[in-house]
Amino acid sequence: MAGGAASRFAFKTRAGSSARVIGEPVWVKRCLIGAALIYLSLLLFTPLLIVLVTAFQKGAAFYALSLTDPDALAALRLTLLTAAIAVPLNLVFGIAASWAIAKFDFHGKNLLLTLIDLPFSVSPVVSGLVFVLLFGAQGYWGGWLREHDIKIIFAAPGIVLATIFVTFPFVARELIPLMQSQGKEEEEAAIMLGANGFQAFWRVTLPNIKWGLLYGVILCNARAMGEFGAVSVVSGHIRGLTNTLPLHVEILYNEYNFTGAFAVSSLLLFLALVTLGIKSFIEAQYARQLKESQGS
Amino acid sequence: MLLKQKTILPGFAMSLGFTLAYLGLIVLIPLGAMILKSLEMSPAEFWSVLSHPRTAASFGLTFTAAAVGAAVNLVFGLLIAWVLVRYDFAGKRVVDSLVDIPFALPTAVAGIALTAAYAPNGWLGQFFSAAGIKTAFSPLGVTIALTFIGLPFVVRTVEPVLQDLEAEVEEAAASLGANRWQTFARVIFPTLLPALLTGFALAFARAVGEYGSVVFISGNMPMKTEIVPLLIMTKLEQYDYAGAVAIAVGMLGVSFLILFLINLLQWWTRRRAVL
Repeated sequence: MAGGAASRFAFKTRAGSSARVIGEPVWVKRCLIGAALIYLSLLLFTPLLIVLVTAFQKGAAFYALSLTDPDALAALRLTLLTAAIAVPLNLVFGIAASWAIAKFDFHGKNLLLTLIDLPFSVSPVVSGLVFVLLFGAQGYWGGWLREHDIKIIFAAPGIVLATIFVTFPFVARELIPLMQSQGKEEEEAAIMLGANGFQAFWRVTLPNIKWGLLYGVILCNARAMGEFGAVSVVSGHIRGLTNTLPLHVEILYNEYNFTGAFAVSSLLLFLALVTLGIKSFIEAQYARQLKESQGS
Repeated sequence: MLLKQKTILPGFAMSLGFTLAYLGLIVLIPLGAMILKSLEMSPAEFWSVLSHPRTAASFGLTFTAAAVGAAVNLVFGLLIAWVLVRYDFAGKRVVDSLVDIPFALPTAVAGIALTAAYAPNGWLGQFFSAAGIKTAFSPLGVTIALTFIGLPFVVRTVEPVLQDLEAEVEEAAASLGANRWQTFARVIFPTLLPALLTGFALAFARAVGEYGSVVFISGNMPMKTEIVPLLIMTKLEQYDYAGAVAIAVGMLGVSFLILFLINLLQWWTRRRAVL
């Protein structure tokens, strides 16, 4: 439905699989399930378990200490600040882009769609590099910024910019196919009945896209809080000043404070699990909405 | 006028205007600056950076490891999608959600967790090192990390196609005398092929640019386990901006080629869906 194969987080619509008359023998089924679970255990489950086990290796007191360390708290604050700026901006962009693309026919639409997807195909390190080239000491605008005593690279603004770049397509990518599939007849009816544009969006469009919107926002947020490569390039790794949580993990790890690194990691793992939980919830809601609209 | 037809809906100029301005500021100007910077180099300089043995070695490692990782996921992604769509087992819904962990988990966390698991004295690494195989801090370690990061792609592209597959087609094949394996090889697999290839390409594209989950497990030895994004990072730390830009533009070129192939695959998939 929404997204298509190109979207990294395409909605899974469960249409309810019909009962199958034919199938594999029970032993084949068991072998296939076993093989899949072994593969997932080796690659996914074991590393996740290691994060939790190592985090509490030195006891709950050390765990609490690692999380309440002033540098860790500063990193947490910067991570929250970055997400608080990047997510709303990309949300507004996602709504504007999907309104323009889904509700109107104009020349160059396919080119615009390709350009919106661009940040997905750029390596995180390159996403950071482009901002160093613009705002870094030897960058295009580096001299001007130095004269005016404005710091972007190796400071919070650079981290925010790189994060916005990396999470740029997330909301738009979910909303565009969703709004395209819903057409524009309902909004046109609202306008003809005397609603203004804002009312048509607020009362007609928004209720239709609310789950897709939320879906895009939580995925955008997860990436914004977890981005590592891009912010690593622009941060400068100044403890207590320009470290986000993932960068703080790296520093602790490189100082051989493994327990501390995994304690902070467990916080990020928790964020990932909550994200996936909300994602499953939204998919269930969306499937229900789809069923109801088909039933009526 | 940009619009192809008249409409009574308001907000076109405002929404498109904002979209283009934001796209320009955040994406196009920064990427354009990098292209501009690369044009300051002569083709000979550009080529000398890309053909340097250390660069060539890191490109070789990155693309090989990404391709192997995506190929492993091609096989196991199909298996996982099959098991999740067709069979019922305890904990299936949890497993289904956790498949997306590589999307949601910050890459740095994935990196240190994989390193801990596959280090010579780690939970899994000890068995490999007992067998004389070096996992972490070797090209195999890079491959493991890139396999991890690409895991969800094939599963999530194959799943919907497998769900939409009509039971009647398989029943027809069975009633015409095909055994289960023949039905899979001749009927089911060809239908899944475009989705499988799309998943492969997406996993490959993601793996080529991946940084966070690889740098911890790779050991970062030049010529041996140094991936391309790390090499860009190293050049930046040495203030060799021209070198960093040349490698980045080279990588961007390859990424676009992959993106083009993915679009071609999806066009092929849609055409087959219509037929």
